[in-house]
Amino acid sequence: MDAQVSVSDFEIELQLLIDAIYLKYHYDFRGYAEASLKRRLATAMLRVGCASLSQLQDRVLREPETFSVVLDFLTVPVSDRFRDPHFFRSLRESVVPLLRTYPSLKVWIAGCSTGEEVYSLAILLREEGLLERTLIYATDINPQVLKKAEAGVFELSRMAGFTENHQRSGARSSLSDYYTAAYGGAVFDKTLKQHVVFSDHSLATDSVFAEVQLVLCRNVLIYFRRELQDRALGLFREALCRRGFLGIGSKETLRFSAHADGFDELVREHRIYQKKEAS
Amino acid sequence: MVIGASAGGVEALSVLLPALPVGTAQPFFIVLHLPRDRPSVLVEVFRPRCALYVEEAEDKIPVQPGTIYFAPADYHLLVDKGPQLALSTDEPIHFSRPSIDVLFESAADRYRDRLLGIILTGANEDGTNGLAAVHRAGGVTVVQDPGSAQSPFMAESALSRTPVNYVLSLAGIAALLTTLK
Repeated sequence: MDAQVSVSDFEIELQLLIDAIYLKYHYDFRGYAEASLKRRLATAMLRVGCASLSQLQDRVLREPETFSVVLDFLTVPVSDRFRDPHFFRSLRESVVPLLRTYPSLKVWIAGCSTGEEVYSLAILLREEGLLERTLIYATDINPQVLKKAEAGVFELSRMAGFTENHQRSGARSSLSDYYTAAYGGAVFDKTLKQHVVFSDHSLATDSVFAEVQLVLCRNVLIYFRRELQDRALGLFREALCRRGFLGIGSKETLRFSAHADGFDELVREHRIYQKKEAS
Repeated sequence: MVIGASAGGVEALSVLLPALPVGTAQPFFIVLHLPRDRPSVLVEVFRPRCALYVEEAEDKIPVQPGTIYFAPADYHLLVDKGPQLALSTDEPIHFSRPSIDVLFESAADRYRDRLLGIILTGANEDGTNGLAAVHRAGGVTVVQDPGSAQSPFMAESALSRTPVNYVLSLAGIAALLTTLK
């Protein structure tokens, strides 16, 4: 190393803020990828009305409500997670036939956010006649977001897009069979939820809690640095049964991970992997 | 080098990218606005036509010299410590994901005054804030001459907000790129 790496004030304050959050609220963001973390905190800072991360830290420490807002910025990408019909089609075609061989199924959706993927999967399993024998563990670190996911109420305006994706994923039924309009939104069929357990879980600090046949963790690992990614992948590898399945985001990859040699590519294009025999 | 383009971008890049000679040392990061619901075909389009290696960005890929990286559909592209590519599924910026602003701001943060940012043809203002960030970080800012752009809006928006070092036609930009060491 030749020249001294100059660290900006923002970067110093960022580190201090992340440490403060860990010490005070026990949420561990220390292993998160820097570029996206910086961007999210810069946005949070502006929206909360602070001129610096140090000011934000002051408010975060003293005002749990402010921390809650910051937590949302750090953990909820406002993204349309009803997306990716290609992935669900691939799941239906390549993984479901193999899941049928199990008398009972457990699935772990890690980083379930506001639940779109949970309902998408539950509906797919019901259509395939597998939901009755399945338990889905839907976990996230943000308790607010888990509450929303559990409520299963989504904006009606989003249903058109969801319906389209549903059709494009090879659905055998109509999406409107699974929700009703109520409470000013679209409410998903309660019986879907009977097969879901929503729970707090941190990929940074918590352990494996069950053996599962399928893990979905899509577009969550992109926010982690390599070490934390490896930790999460280690948890998935441990949780998966023999020859169990892992689905990650379409532009995520196991290539640079310490766990790359633990998985075979089942459907490369859609990032669906299968745990190796001796893994 | 970061390049942002929208409407008319494929044609514009078809002039620029094949002109880059073998031996160009810098990496290029490109956001071209794409439909979000299908995979990008940009690598298939450009790989056969460029001397430099063309790749679609994936998360955590180490940045290699002399390589052109395209942002994939429906992900933001950032440059992270390493340097490595980083992706995000955070909200669209100016209705765009990938967003030019996100790339340019991230690259400005990482490369500071060693960055060259280019805004080409496009019909929305994504890229304006990003180019401003490149300028603030001490980088070089280049905008396609609006008169020659298929869609001048993006360039005009950038010009109205930020001091720009070079306003050039595509041929001029290509010539500029080939003079870089």
